[in-house]
Amino acid sequence: MTEAPRHAAPGLAARALPGEAGIVLPAAPHGFSAPVAAPSPRSALPERLYRALTAGAAWLVLLTLIAVTVSMAVGGRLAFQTFGLGFITSADWDVVNGQFGAFVPICGTLVTSAIALIIAVPVSLGIALFLTDIAPVWSRQPIAVAIELLAAVPSIIYGMWGLFLFAPFMATHVEPWVNDTLGALPLVGPLFAGPPIGIGMLTAGIVLGIMVVPFIASVARDVLGAVPAALRESAVALGATRWEILRHVSLPYTRSAIVGAIFLGLGRALGETMAVTFVLGNAHDLSVSLLMPSNSIAAAIANEFTEADTDLYRSSLIALAFLLFIVTFIVLSLAKLMLARMDRSLGRTH
Amino acid sequence: MITTQNRPLDTGHLEPEAPIKIDVKGLDFFYGRDQALHGVNLAIPALAVTAIIGPSGCGKSTLLRTLNRIYALYPEQRAAGEIAIDGANILARGTDLADLRRRVGMVFQKPTPFASSIRANIGFALSFYEKLSRSELADRIEDALRQAALWDEVKDKLDQSALSLSGGQQQRLCIARTIAVRPEIVLFDEPTSALDPISTARIEELLQELRGRYTIVIVTHNMQQAARVSDKTAFFHLGELVEFDQTSRIFTSPAVARTQDYITGRYG
Amino acid sequence: MNWVFFRRRLADRIALVCAALATAFGLFFLAWILWTTFANGAAAINARLFTQMTPPPGADGGLLNAFYGSVVMIALAIAIGTPIGLGAGTYLAEQGRHTRLAAAVRFVNDILLSAPSIVLGLFVYELVVVPSGHFSGYAGSLALALILVPVVVRTSDEALRLVPDRMREAAFALGLPRWKVSLQVLYKAARSGVLTGVLLGVARISGETAPLLFTALNNQFWSADMNAPLANVPVVIFQYAMSPYDQWHALAWAGALILTAFVLALSLLVRLVARGRHS
Repeated sequence: MTEAPRHAAPGLAARALPGEAGIVLPAAPHGFSAPVAAPSPRSALPERLYRALTAGAAWLVLLTLIAVTVSMAVGGRLAFQTFGLGFITSADWDVVNGQFGAFVPICGTLVTSAIALIIAVPVSLGIALFLTDIAPVWSRQPIAVAIELLAAVPSIIYGMWGLFLFAPFMATHVEPWVNDTLGALPLVGPLFAGPPIGIGMLTAGIVLGIMVVPFIASVARDVLGAVPAALRESAVALGATRWEILRHVSLPYTRSAIVGAIFLGLGRALGETMAVTFVLGNAHDLSVSLLMPSNSIAAAIANEFTEADTDLYRSSLIALAFLLFIVTFIVLSLAKLMLARMDRSLGRTH
Repeated sequence: MITTQNRPLDTGHLEPEAPIKIDVKGLDFFYGRDQALHGVNLAIPALAVTAIIGPSGCGKSTLLRTLNRIYALYPEQRAAGEIAIDGANILARGTDLADLRRRVGMVFQKPTPFASSIRANIGFALSFYEKLSRSELADRIEDALRQAALWDEVKDKLDQSALSLSGGQQQRLCIARTIAVRPEIVLFDEPTSALDPISTARIEELLQELRGRYTIVIVTHNMQQAARVSDKTAFFHLGELVEFDQTSRIFTSPAVARTQDYITGRYG
Repeated sequence: MNWVFFRRRLADRIALVCAALATAFGLFFLAWILWTTFANGAAAINARLFTQMTPPPGADGGLLNAFYGSVVMIALAIAIGTPIGLGAGTYLAEQGRHTRLAAAVRFVNDILLSAPSIVLGLFVYELVVVPSGHFSGYAGSLALALILVPVVVRTSDEALRLVPDRMREAAFALGLPRWKVSLQVLYKAARSGVLTGVLLGVARISGETAPLLFTALNNQFWSADMNAPLANVPVVIFQYAMSPYDQWHALAWAGALILTAFVLALSLLVRLVARGRHS
């Protein structure tokens, strides 16, 4: 498998070798092209030092990612070896008997992130539409700054607000209503039936949703603003309304970047720790109801790591961190690729 | 001298007394504080091709953009005066912009296909104004594509992305999209300036076929094009209408010296 | 007005109203969170906060040791992270601009920007805490520096690339070597952009809690020893907020208010710096 591409494209493989910091790609359409002339062997010491230090710093960024991945893999090896696939599929997290199955925190991470996206995606697109098309021009900048401040608020503040204000609000005002209406529905009813205690997956998902709104909204606003004026004008010339322009012109045109923005938000939601730790309840019991306390990967690590007293316990938590890191890496890579596709079609470089 | 609305037209296929479709009276236009049009009076005849020529920045595109009020997209742009279409002033408050834009279609400088299929590009516009059954919709799409002389090239790939078409095809698709909703007036804003000579020739042929079915106003920087396709020509300079007359007269014996200078290439 | 028109106009109105509601939704939660923090925090702020140590359960006290620990760790994180971030940013924007390495580093850096910070905390735990055998302020600083670096890389790369090429060409034409061009011409031109990046990074790491949980941990007492567990504001807030004691809750809110005010003020300042540069 790995042999084929190497034979197929020897030139590419050779060029991708590390250490060739000086290579200038043939096509450099934008910006400043470094002088192609090779550095003279008599380069003065400061010049060599400068090159080595800056290139070294760049390598360090790359190495950090690799080192984190390797270190999590090594740290989690014991858990993976002991439990095999059961580590992911088993819901039995029994500290006393040394049994660690991570199904509940994995599920909790996925479910809370899903709830977060269900809330954040329409809200973010609404905000982006409002800021690009609807709001009076003078109010756009202040509103955009306020929305971005949502991203600057430290996550521990979300956690405290969630624990002391939002969870009680959910328990007294929202969850009883959810119980009575959605809980009585066939099929999906069990999802929404349960004690209205405020702490649980629904609350955590909503808090996460509010947290990722600014990330999705700011990218979405950016790309919607980049839709060429000619395209918008020709939709208007056909008589399209703002909603029709968004739905049939802007969204199709910016599709990949919008999906990228959503993935960016998903990456944030999956890895968010503190806010979730406060409102999720740290429970290792499997439950169908979204109103029940649960756990997430990040919250389990935050709550339990300093108390983990056996190698296997510690290793299990690191194994969870490994899984989280890999999944967020994939999600964020996809986000990056889709955003890059949009940038290329707009002729921008990043 | 400036307006010629009372002079009979002598173009062959037109009635001698062609009715006025668009009557522009005392039109001023502002981009913020900059005034781009100064007291323009222009009576555009129905079912003819009217060309607007002039050097860049003379306000010819601006005039076009007032006729369907597309400038209203930008809060800092403002028009004052009167533009009567069939007698009704479209600059008046309370004008139904959606209805105006159904009656007045526009084709832009660069092709602007939407990022969807060929079929959806046309269906999109149709869905705004009419509730059509599937077969009616298919008929209307075919009819529009035939009128735009594109049907034979795309009839087997209606569900492919419109972006896969060539530049000239994309522009004809935009024309099809515009005439699908059966407008009365079609505005062309330098429709061939982004196209190669062969595609340009096809669009010009198409204009000839559409003449007589729609009232056409075309802005062009290409004087030969104006001479080839239009019945009447208006020459603009520095935001003012300098001369408006039969195309043949503008290009052979213009009444104003500035027009003469421009069409003989002394500036522009 | 026919039915199709009516339906379209209705759909448009509904969409516009929904978009406005979505914006109101976001602003509402911002206001609620800030108001909560302000109301609870202001009630708990007093002079003891800055003069006394974190108290045991049930007693009054302050957050002096936590403020000190946070400031020191953030300062050290800036000292570690800024040179590395600026160096990598320089590589990306200057001699490495079109290389494959630069493309790879940009990609990885953008991912590190959004990577879960708790994993970075665990990484520093494995890297520093396990070999040294104890939690320490140094480990905490390193974890914060890991979060700071990608922010500085990104912003310094962008700031340097905004420097017009004619400025580079002019400097090279004088025969200056690359390092002098960077140090004397480009950094000067890109100064406010790089500063923006560092401030942005500081705003980001000031509120970070997760990476400190297993690195600096916490310390109830006064300690200036960077080689020992070090008190810090976020972890104190976390522990006190999760506790059942009222005095601790009050301290947590006071800490939360000061932290939030600091971070938001910094974020707004960054915007002002950035806007000053654009206009």
